[in-house]
Amino acid sequence: METARGDLLAGTRSRIAAWFADRSETLVRSAFLWPALLVILFVSVFPLFVSLFLSLSELELVRGGFQIDFIGLDNFRELLTGSRQSEFLGVGGPPTFLGWLVIGAGGAALVWALVRALRGGVSVAGLVFRFLGAAFGGVLLWLIGHTLFAQGGRPGTIVVTLVFVFVAVALQFALGLGLAYLVTQNLPGQRFFRVVFLLPMTITPVGVAYMFRMLADTDKGPLQPIFVHVGLADFTWTNSAWGARIAVIVGDTWQWSPFMFIVLLAALEAQQTDPVEAAIVDGANRWQIFRYVTMPAILPVALTVILIRLIEAFKIIDLPNILTSGGPGTATESLTLQSYIEWRSLDLGTSAAIAYSLLILVTVIVLAYVNLLRTKAAEE
Amino acid sequence: MNPLARRSVLDLSPGGKLVAYLILGFWSLVVLFPLYWLAITSLKLPIQVNAGPKYIPFVDFEPSLHAWRYIFVDLRNDTLRPYTNSVVVTLASSTLALVLGSAAAYALARFRYRPKVGTIGLFVAFLGLGAVAVVLGVPFPLALVAALACFFLLTRAVSRRFKRVMTNRDIALWIISQRILPPVAVVIPIYVLFQNLGLLDTRTALVITYTAANLPIVVWLMRDYFNTIPLELEEAAAVDGASAFRIVRLVTLPLAIPGLVATFLLVVVFAWNEYLLALFLSSADSQTMPLTVAAQNATRGPQWWYMSVLIMIMIVPVIVLAVALERRISRGLLVGAVKA
Repeated sequence: METARGDLLAGTRSRIAAWFADRSETLVRSAFLWPALLVILFVSVFPLFVSLFLSLSELELVRGGFQIDFIGLDNFRELLTGSRQSEFLGVGGPPTFLGWLVIGAGGAALVWALVRALRGGVSVAGLVFRFLGAAFGGVLLWLIGHTLFAQGGRPGTIVVTLVFVFVAVALQFALGLGLAYLVTQNLPGQRFFRVVFLLPMTITPVGVAYMFRMLADTDKGPLQPIFVHVGLADFTWTNSAWGARIAVIVGDTWQWSPFMFIVLLAALEAQQTDPVEAAIVDGANRWQIFRYVTMPAILPVALTVILIRLIEAFKIIDLPNILTSGGPGTATESLTLQSYIEWRSLDLGTSAAIAYSLLILVTVIVLAYVNLLRTKAAEE
Repeated sequence: MNPLARRSVLDLSPGGKLVAYLILGFWSLVVLFPLYWLAITSLKLPIQVNAGPKYIPFVDFEPSLHAWRYIFVDLRNDTLRPYTNSVVVTLASSTLALVLGSAAAYALARFRYRPKVGTIGLFVAFLGLGAVAVVLGVPFPLALVAALACFFLLTRAVSRRFKRVMTNRDIALWIISQRILPPVAVVIPIYVLFQNLGLLDTRTALVITYTAANLPIVVWLMRDYFNTIPLELEEAAAVDGASAFRIVRLVTLPLAIPGLVATFLLVVVFAWNEYLLALFLSSADSQTMPLTVAAQNATRGPQWWYMSVLIMIMIVPVIVLAVALERRISRGLLVGAVKA
């Protein structure tokens, strides 16, 4: 009896030991990954569900509080076809020559990407997703052509956000990479520049927005003599749609180029010098070294930092909110700002619906970005 | 000594150096001028700010310390408290995010995971159901236990049905996708979440939120930095019989220092400057500095002078940190580490 029980215990113990031995490798590996996943899950899954629910409902103030009514897709219908259409999608018109050019060039790029995917041989599901992605891109192009570059057209918050994101992120990447490259060239005094270039990022976005409001003031700001000189003395940002947009893009670029700068700087510094020296011995010039040795080495980090900046840039709110209040009209109103304005007036349903539209838009763009670049990276 | 002289084949030519200095100098000017404007605005009286542009103290206008006195003497504790909060919350959340995120990033860069889609979907679905139940008034522990129990009961059946697995890339994409939703959309649910946990207006709530918000950035950046570290070094250590943790600690981490430092600076900046979540999760006790800055836009219009002081004292610690850590973002460790 005793021994039988002992055997049973020992057997169980050895079985448990074997189970752990089988899985110890897996367990150790899970131990690396799980803590991070759990923290993200804890904070983000619940809000994701709740805001999805909110986007399908309407908040009503009633006596002694509020109630939430489920109204299905009405919030989205309102955005796409109802009273908020002109703010969300914009006002359409016949495209100008430039508009047709944009639609044509973008459409050609989409078709080219699709053809390449077809040639590359993808699964049926992959093909369906690519077609859907291309159709989505086509709709966005059509929207840009018919609102931004159109006679009598006015871009809605979607198009305005897209303009902010693509122009600002491109500028920031170019600046960040250029500056990071220059401060890794063994120049005396480069430490000074490295710290100075980080400064804009260290200011809280609200602060940057107020600072740029000071700087952009054509009457009391420091650039007033320049404004007077170029004949903009009576100019106010509330009059010019493109002026206001440029002001927002300049502010965003000023603030976030350091983000690109520091990440690319670390990537450049982590690069091994042996291949560079070998290239010099082989007689490569500076551009060739940069193009064929440095760029491939930092490409993964560069792609990632663009992706992160892309996602962050889609959430732009403080600059347009404080610098231009989204104006003139809705010329600088981003999706997040529109969502914030609805939210401030307690229209939580519409606010969440706009946020979810942003989520869908960014998810499609991120997936397209990752898939296009993965195929590209795989070819190299 | 001529700073333009060429000392190594890797250096730029003298002409190239001149151009480089011109570009760097120009951008420094672009960066520093707004900051200079902030500094002198903090020394101006309201009437001087409104009188039009005045550039040089003592020449164009008589500087005054009234704004500094207001922030440091009149407000004293109302400045000190948010400042301490900001420092504590930022350091705690950034360190946590860096540790957890780097571990996950290392795992995604080196190991292969094949989690089943069905199992994950089930887990998330029950977590969501549990959360909804909590909102509807079910006690928090009960909901958690019930959700986990249902999950474990059904997990086998589901994983037998759905054989699709996720790859590391899918996991990484899921992680970064958690940053897409704008803060406006998540503040209310997060508020409700921490209200249920009784953590409103505590630093803990801010630390948890910022850690979660910064993790995706850490995971993605560190994954790439780890990928640039040659596998040969770790393999050599493994051949010598080192354990996984030892390899990470003694081989990988020292080589990843430039990336770690850059990433740390980034998450510090994000946590230090975060505004909207702090606005909701803190009221008095755990208020952070960005709220104090925004509060200077009073009913009488923006108080530029106070705002300038606050922004300037907010920049100082980040600069100190950047100066202290910048040295670590430099070349050297990998030079000649791997002889091909």
